[in-house]
Amino acid sequence: MTQTDFYILLPLTVLTVWACVLLLVDLFIPKDRKGITAFLAALGLAVTLGFTVTQIGREGTGFNGMVTLDGFSTFINVLILVSGLFGIALAYGYIKRMGIDRGEYYTLMLFSITGMMLMAQAADLIIVFLALELLSIPLYVLAAFARPNLQSEEAGVKYFLLGAFATGFVVYGTALVFGATGTTSFSGIFFAASNGTSSLLLTIGAALLLVGFGFKVAAVPFHMWTPDVYQGAPTAVTAFMSSGAKIAGFAALLRVFATAFPSLSADITNVLWALAALTMIVGNITAITQTNIKRLLAYSSIAHAGYILMAFVPYGNKEVMPVSIAAGLFYLVSYAVTNFGSWGVVIALEKAEGRGLEISDYAGLAKKYPALALAMTVFMLSFIGFPPTLGMVGKFYLFRAAIAGGYSGLAIIGVVTSLVSAYYYLRVVVNMYMREGDPTIEREPWLNFATAATAIITVGLSFVPQWLFLLASTAVF
Amino acid sequence: MEFILQPLTLLTFFPLVGVLVILFMNSEWKNAIRWVALVTSLITFGISLWVLAQFTASNPDLQLEAKYAWIHVAGWNIYYYLAVDGLSILLVLLTAFLTPISILSTWTAVEDRVKDFMIFFLLLEVGMTGVFLAQDLFMFYIFWEFTLVPMYFLIGLWGGPRRIYAAIKFFLYTMAGSILMLVAILFLGIKTDTFNVPTMLVRLPDLYASGIIDPKTQMLLFIAFAAAFAIKVPMWPLHSWLPDAHVEAPTAGSVILAGVLLKMGTYGFLRFNLSLFPNATIQAAPWIALLATIGIIYGAAVSYAQADVKKLVAYSSVSHLGFVMLGMFALNAQGVSGAILQMINHGLSTGALFLLVGMVYEQTHTREIKVYGGLWKVMPVFGTIMLISSLSSMGLPGLNGFVGEFTILLGAFGSKAIGSPWYAGISAIGVIMAAVYILYMFQKMFLGPAGEITQHHELKDLNWREILTVAPLLIFMFWIGLYPAPFFNLIAPAVEKLLSALPL
Repeated sequence: MTQTDFYILLPLTVLTVWACVLLLVDLFIPKDRKGITAFLAALGLAVTLGFTVTQIGREGTGFNGMVTLDGFSTFINVLILVSGLFGIALAYGYIKRMGIDRGEYYTLMLFSITGMMLMAQAADLIIVFLALELLSIPLYVLAAFARPNLQSEEAGVKYFLLGAFATGFVVYGTALVFGATGTTSFSGIFFAASNGTSSLLLTIGAALLLVGFGFKVAAVPFHMWTPDVYQGAPTAVTAFMSSGAKIAGFAALLRVFATAFPSLSADITNVLWALAALTMIVGNITAITQTNIKRLLAYSSIAHAGYILMAFVPYGNKEVMPVSIAAGLFYLVSYAVTNFGSWGVVIALEKAEGRGLEISDYAGLAKKYPALALAMTVFMLSFIGFPPTLGMVGKFYLFRAAIAGGYSGLAIIGVVTSLVSAYYYLRVVVNMYMREGDPTIEREPWLNFATAATAIITVGLSFVPQWLFLLASTAVF
Repeated sequence: MEFILQPLTLLTFFPLVGVLVILFMNSEWKNAIRWVALVTSLITFGISLWVLAQFTASNPDLQLEAKYAWIHVAGWNIYYYLAVDGLSILLVLLTAFLTPISILSTWTAVEDRVKDFMIFFLLLEVGMTGVFLAQDLFMFYIFWEFTLVPMYFLIGLWGGPRRIYAAIKFFLYTMAGSILMLVAILFLGIKTDTFNVPTMLVRLPDLYASGIIDPKTQMLLFIAFAAAFAIKVPMWPLHSWLPDAHVEAPTAGSVILAGVLLKMGTYGFLRFNLSLFPNATIQAAPWIALLATIGIIYGAAVSYAQADVKKLVAYSSVSHLGFVMLGMFALNAQGVSGAILQMINHGLSTGALFLLVGMVYEQTHTREIKVYGGLWKVMPVFGTIMLISSLSSMGLPGLNGFVGEFTILLGAFGSKAIGSPWYAGISAIGVIMAAVYILYMFQKMFLGPAGEITQHHELKDLNWREILTVAPLLIFMFWIGLYPAPFFNLIAPAVEKLLSALPL
């Protein structure tokens, strides 16, 4: 292990060690003061974030080309770490209120985050597999964290079974790719594939990998688990999972296909096109009939996976790809911010035993808590893609990339499904503003902070998106 | 500092000052909030007059430009770009003029959530002014979409019994049009490598000539833009959101909706379709004229059949805006300037009608024509003002409506682009039909024996505030009707320039 190797994985190493130590430290923290664990976990993320920031602008590979460091991985890592901080802020009061404030919660989150970061830095299919397991297993546990609540247990088991199934696809795909090319490193696969190695095996391998990642990012038709898991899991976990796991899944998808399989783009592009279109259509249309806010947001997250997938479609086209990646990354940021905010509002209204989660429970919110209703309106508008929000800028960027890549049809599907989505997002607004009701909310300082911060970012950044554009467009590999 | 002190920046964003002040006021101080909103909108109107003073009527180009690089990274060329010319100056003035009037009209009509109402109303003003001033398509799109949000809340929160349905219908219908425009905007932006309209106009002819954008694509782009604008206008057969929105909206909302929001559609055609897609415009002209003519007749016929006076006025908008579209796609100087003037006229007369209907509704809480009757005897001032507004709306010579409609028909008769005088001929019947439904309404409500409501209600005539609300509109009705030259002078040079670019 050389110094470079060490430097490339420095933030990751710091976080792993921190998480292991925290696991031990937590044993000595009294049961009623688990807030300290939360604080230490957040501190760990902040320290790691500090190390990650020093890596901005650095590039390199380590461990014999198994991991890599570049603008892309740093961008994703920062995004994941910030998501982790928001995840802790949302969870802090929530798990206490729900009576599940066990210290492992935060440690598990940290482990999952290390998996996500490793995913962003992977340059070899073996590492991808490792990262996938590292990020998923803590999430399975977290989904079932509200045991003995049946719904939560069901969510955990369901997520585990389908997740394991998906991982199986990834492993099998890796094996086939190895069989076809004799290597698992991205650059090796790329080299072998462009030298005309038998491509049927390779294509099947790549397709299986796509299925595996499709499960992780909840793309249709691999989305079946999403609504149940998102609904059953403790809401704070859902918030973290729907942002973090999705970011990592997309990071892997993008890196694997753009660096290892560009030679297959003629076949895969069509498949990606269909996946993106299907995901947008099914996600948005199914969301219309939902009455439970968690399920609504679950389908909305499926739909947004479709929009992000749109950026991947031209992945074999070297000219368009930088713009597409940048658009995809920008949209990931805007999705993550909006997503955390909206889940924050959900958490504020949720009561014990899963009450307060129907959309009708939001009636009258605007009269009683105007600020919270305003924040939720901002998030809903951002999801629709309406000004003045980040979601609008994100969609503008994304559709522009799609049209520039020659996929106007996909862009049209995108805008039409956005129209469909306006219907169900507006229903939440209608309930908050135009119907009478008497909701109560939980006031938790960190939760309020997270919700307010994301709302302000969502609106504020839409006026000055330049620097995020710039960051996203330099975050390429 | 220089950025903020630009006249157009000030004009667009000044209402935000009022929003900020109101935001920090206690929602119980209803009167103070009303005053802040009114004063803000009056100052905005003052700024619009200041803009007019600096505007050179003889100059056909964009003026008072406020242009700054906004998003200039990573292949993006988006400008913060506001400017005004003869096509938009009157509409900008109309917006600034109608907003204080509408706010004044809510003084006693809106008692619930006054704070939110005024915030949404001022935000709406920002959006509308921005739409008329933005010269960068990205900015235009942002303002265009943004106007939906406050209007959605105005209808949905302070509207009538079916307000939620109407609000959602309004939102989805309008959005359906604008998303197609979004795709077209992005396509144009990619092909011309800019979103800035004047630059686009310089680059597009080459793209058309070299076939990079072929005629078929040009037509598709035209249609995509037209879809957004035609829904907003609304042109027949895309008008079905309008009656719902109008009937359910609170009075001030209806005034702004008819007075300004619909003009965003016609303005969009004028500013973007005509100049960006010249060949497609000429090809489409007869078809648009056909739809406009159907709209004129249909709107008038349906108006006659209404039992609800607000619905009657709403459908009459479909008819009146048909005239605007007909004149615009006559593609000659008379037609287009008539169309622009008619946009203003419609804002004035329909705005006045909605205000007046709102005033009597506030007392009686019904809008059914048949329960009124003999109102003139009880409310003579109200009757007089209503009569003037009605006559203005139906186009009586000496009032503003006549000037607009006459010029439009004159233009449409001689139009090469439309190609047949029949459209104008049939549309002229629309003028007669307007007289029928307007006079029918007037007769049923104001003349004849006293109706149910008139007998059993203690009806009060208009008070000073209400007279003050409509009086400015009346002044302009007469002014434009008797001496329209100053208004045409503002429009003419820009129209000349616009038409000279068309390969006609």
